[in-house]
Amino acid sequence: MADLKITGLHKYYGAMHAVRGVDLEIPEGEFTVLVGQSGCGKSTLLRTIAGLEEANEGSIEIGGVRVNNTPPGQRDIAMVFQNYALYPYMTVFDNIAFGLRARKTPAAEIEPKVKRAAQMLAIDKLLDRFPRQLSGGQLQRVAIGRAIVRNARLYLFDEPLSNLDAQLRDEMRGEIKRLHQELGKTMIYVTHDQIEAMTMADRIVLLRDGKIEQQGSPLDLYERPATRYVAGFLGSPSMNFVPVTLTGAAVKLGDGGTLAIDTARASKLDSWQNKPLTLGVRSQHIRRAGAELRVDEVRVMASIDLLQPTGARTYANFRLSGHAAVAELQAHDVSHPNERIELAIDMGRAILIDPDTERVL
Amino acid sequence: MNASAMRTGIRLMAAVAITVIFLFPIYWLFMISFKTADEIYAYPPVWWPHSLNWGSYEVLFKDGDAKTVWNSLVIASISTVIAMLVGTLCAYSLARFRTGGEHLSNWIISQRMVPPIAVVFPIFLLYVFFGLVDTYVGIILLYTAFNLPYVIWMMRGYIMDVPRALEEAALVDGYTRWQVIWKVVFPMCRAGLFATAIFTFMFAWNEFLFALVLTRTEVATYTVQVTHYFGGQSNFWAKISAMSVLGTVPIFIVVAFLQRYLVRGMSLGAIKG
Repeated sequence: MADLKITGLHKYYGAMHAVRGVDLEIPEGEFTVLVGQSGCGKSTLLRTIAGLEEANEGSIEIGGVRVNNTPPGQRDIAMVFQNYALYPYMTVFDNIAFGLRARKTPAAEIEPKVKRAAQMLAIDKLLDRFPRQLSGGQLQRVAIGRAIVRNARLYLFDEPLSNLDAQLRDEMRGEIKRLHQELGKTMIYVTHDQIEAMTMADRIVLLRDGKIEQQGSPLDLYERPATRYVAGFLGSPSMNFVPVTLTGAAVKLGDGGTLAIDTARASKLDSWQNKPLTLGVRSQHIRRAGAELRVDEVRVMASIDLLQPTGARTYANFRLSGHAAVAELQAHDVSHPNERIELAIDMGRAILIDPDTERVL
Repeated sequence: MNASAMRTGIRLMAAVAITVIFLFPIYWLFMISFKTADEIYAYPPVWWPHSLNWGSYEVLFKDGDAKTVWNSLVIASISTVIAMLVGTLCAYSLARFRTGGEHLSNWIISQRMVPPIAVVFPIFLLYVFFGLVDTYVGIILLYTAFNLPYVIWMMRGYIMDVPRALEEAALVDGYTRWQVIWKVVFPMCRAGLFATAIFTFMFAWNEFLFALVLTRTEVATYTVQVTHYFGGQSNFWAKISAMSVLGTVPIFIVVAFLQRYLVRGMSLGAIKG
């Protein structure tokens, strides 16, 4: 049974249409990440689920009960906020116990619950401190503690890691995922960071302009994006896009070069012959060509403009038919910029996009 | 002596000098209230009276004049409590729900800019009509109305500084809106609440014009009573100063207890700009 079911949800702020008809079902125990650029409506959607914003149209059901008119406190949800939202005049213990006390939990039950939650988050030594005495990472742990101490049906996270520095973010990412595995609760997590989405989600819901662009497992979206937007949003570096024309069993680049594609695939795209398309290739699918090519690979000569070593891999910027592109090479594939090398593009994993509808063919 | 010690010394002396200048009138006020008539008019002035003469105070209490201090206390306290309660709730509404659009709060503070003299006589006529002259209800109502814009304006600023997420977190955790106001918003702007309450109280405590026009004998405030001791031929300096002392002491006590909120509340406002 779906723990959360949203049907035809719309949200307006005056003239601004923030959420435009979202339908979403989230099964029990799933970790769902709502991801998208700022202003795509992901936070609004989460806040509407929480009841902090009113839905203008559509329905929200939690555990099979319509909650559109239920106040946030009675929706059986717990929420972690971006800026921690801890009460500065309360100790860590009191902050974590806040939700339990608000729900009139007997005092005898509160202490063991708070201590257990604090242990899970390794903040059991900090219970007597005040928020101003804690670091950013500790504050966020307390905020998470305040949510998990409550036995809620639905846990909502609104960009909880965006105020932390990179290293701490990596650490907390793993921690939240571990918590999800231990608690087995339904969690909905909002982020603009595609790496957070990819690493944490059971399911990614990618939002764009208030609508769901695509949803599915992280690898689903990464390997089989439905639109150019999804293809460009997920993955780092971002996917390379080049305009091409389909001619026979190859795509023709603007500079006259051709890249062969699988004949079976070409025949499926017969109606697109001699029409403009957009070719999308991930930088991970471009390598330095060796003597032998793998199946579906094609050779391209390229002059490297810029090298960005990251240690194990090196990002090499080059121009493919005049368009900026990035290849992810082995660390020592290229020694210096301006070197002319031969690259191998894996056309089997490249995508072709209708430039008008931006849908992947 | 090194330069830094000297600088500290000069600063200390300057501070003492300024304090003396500011405290002198208060010292003089207290001294006069304890002096005999001869000592008051003596030349050269008597800096410290021979004995503490409580006579002026005795007269004030015996004649019932001291009751005006009690009147002031009742009027200022009740009007402050009502203005704070109503004003803070209005301020919450303005700060969080954009009640009345963008300009309602500006309009409200503009009410405070009306010179009292412009409205005091129309109000007097209204009060005569409604039988509110020289009643607690009448003067409390007026002070409350006069203080409300100030309370609303100040508290709106303090409430807007409380992060919304704190309230939302409490709502999600099961609080009602009223509980959120009482248990989250009030503790968060406690310093502001006290600072605003003190200024509201002081306005009511020091107010003279409305009290002069709208009170007679029943609920006259001490500010009005003091003026009765300025006579055509002579001024009753001992009674004037004794009454002024009675009027000063309650404020001293209030500020002494609440000064840490006062300072913090004012600096909060200052940072906000």
